[in-house]
Amino acid sequence: MANNQEFVTITEALLETTGSRLRELVAHLRQQRAQLREEWARKITEAKLLTAMTKEEIFAEATSVYDNYVEALETGTYEALQAYARNLSERIIPRGVETHEVVGIVLLLRDVLARSLWAKYREDFNKLNRILDAYEPAANRIAGTVAVGFVQERERIIREQQEAIRELSTPVLQVRERLLILPIIGVIDPQRTRQLTEQLLRGIRTNRAKVVVLDITGVPYIDSPVANHLVQTVEAARLLGANVIVTGLSPEIAQTLVNIGVDLGKMNTVGDLQGGIEEAERLLGYRVVLTQEQTTQHSE
Amino acid sequence: MQVPILKQGAYLIATVQSALTDEDLKQLRDTLVLSVSKVRARGVIVDVTALDVIDSFATRTLRDVAHMIRLRGAETVIVGIQPEVAFSMVKLGLTLEGIATSLDLEEGLAYLNRKGNGSDHGVRTHRS
Repeated sequence: MANNQEFVTITEALLETTGSRLRELVAHLRQQRAQLREEWARKITEAKLLTAMTKEEIFAEATSVYDNYVEALETGTYEALQAYARNLSERIIPRGVETHEVVGIVLLLRDVLARSLWAKYREDFNKLNRILDAYEPAANRIAGTVAVGFVQERERIIREQQEAIRELSTPVLQVRERLLILPIIGVIDPQRTRQLTEQLLRGIRTNRAKVVVLDITGVPYIDSPVANHLVQTVEAARLLGANVIVTGLSPEIAQTLVNIGVDLGKMNTVGDLQGGIEEAERLLGYRVVLTQEQTTQHSE
Repeated sequence: MQVPILKQGAYLIATVQSALTDEDLKQLRDTLVLSVSKVRARGVIVDVTALDVIDSFATRTLRDVAHMIRLRGAETVIVGIQPEVAFSMVKLGLTLEGIATSLDLEEGLAYLNRKGNGSDHGVRTHRS
């Protein structure tokens, strides 16, 4: 019991002194603000970091980072700094600022501040040691917070863009009543295949389509699992009462389909998109009539 | 759960309203095949919009129904298979070979009407 109490008082004393050291530290950093900030901005330029930004911008950001940094040291809470780091990342990522630059500038600030501490306490080595004991863990944690904030923001942007690409990659277009076209461009990976199936079947339902032209002119090759999946999609579309016409099969894709032994009775294929649309119109009972004689020479 | 069977003109319409047990399916099959000649129907529509799952037994029963009704002189259309259901059926190799399928009831009726008239209803587009 007595031991315990003793221990508690010691920890409290330790905390007390760490707190007071941090307070002393913060006071010092506030006092030297202008000079240290200047020094830091100079070092950033020297190290050729943040080259995408102008000197004025670097200085302005340096000021806010410095103040947030000191505040985080003082309060011991990192939420404000985290929010600021995220906000900063949002602004500078589109300008091409890299992760190593952000980590670099935060580490530079840490070093600049550490140097100033050495300069201030060089007479009293023990005190310097104690001050650094208080400073270092906090500084490292701040550096970590900022770096993680930046990377998280970057990943969020990447995820958003992936989502956008995915949505753009399989458009479903209605060209006539009951006739849809799905032009596919680029390599089809398993994930895209799943999405394609979903879009196609949903599209049939929402547009009440009877015929779908799946144009794969822009697809260089497919592997057998994807080819199988495509064939299954065509069959599933039939269960919904729609005909799928596949157009623009490259020789490689034709080879793959033959290799997996696709039943050609189930799959309607036409050479090119134009032929596919004509076939679809025939199936739907449309007849396109030319009302004007086409002239060989175009008039201005 | 019994499946109600309605007569609409020359067609019979069976609308499945909830998940069916194997017994229900057999009963549906027997009732349909029996009533198709009783009412002298020309076509039968089985609406499965309400089904979230169509397993191998259901597929086989639907196929049997279609073939038996064909033998008794009428056409069968399965309508309203959900996109997700359609794809999982195909994944499991359950295809309704040689059986007409349509998007929904309206499409199914249009299909049977076309079949009955023996001609497609033509739509024309003109370029002006």
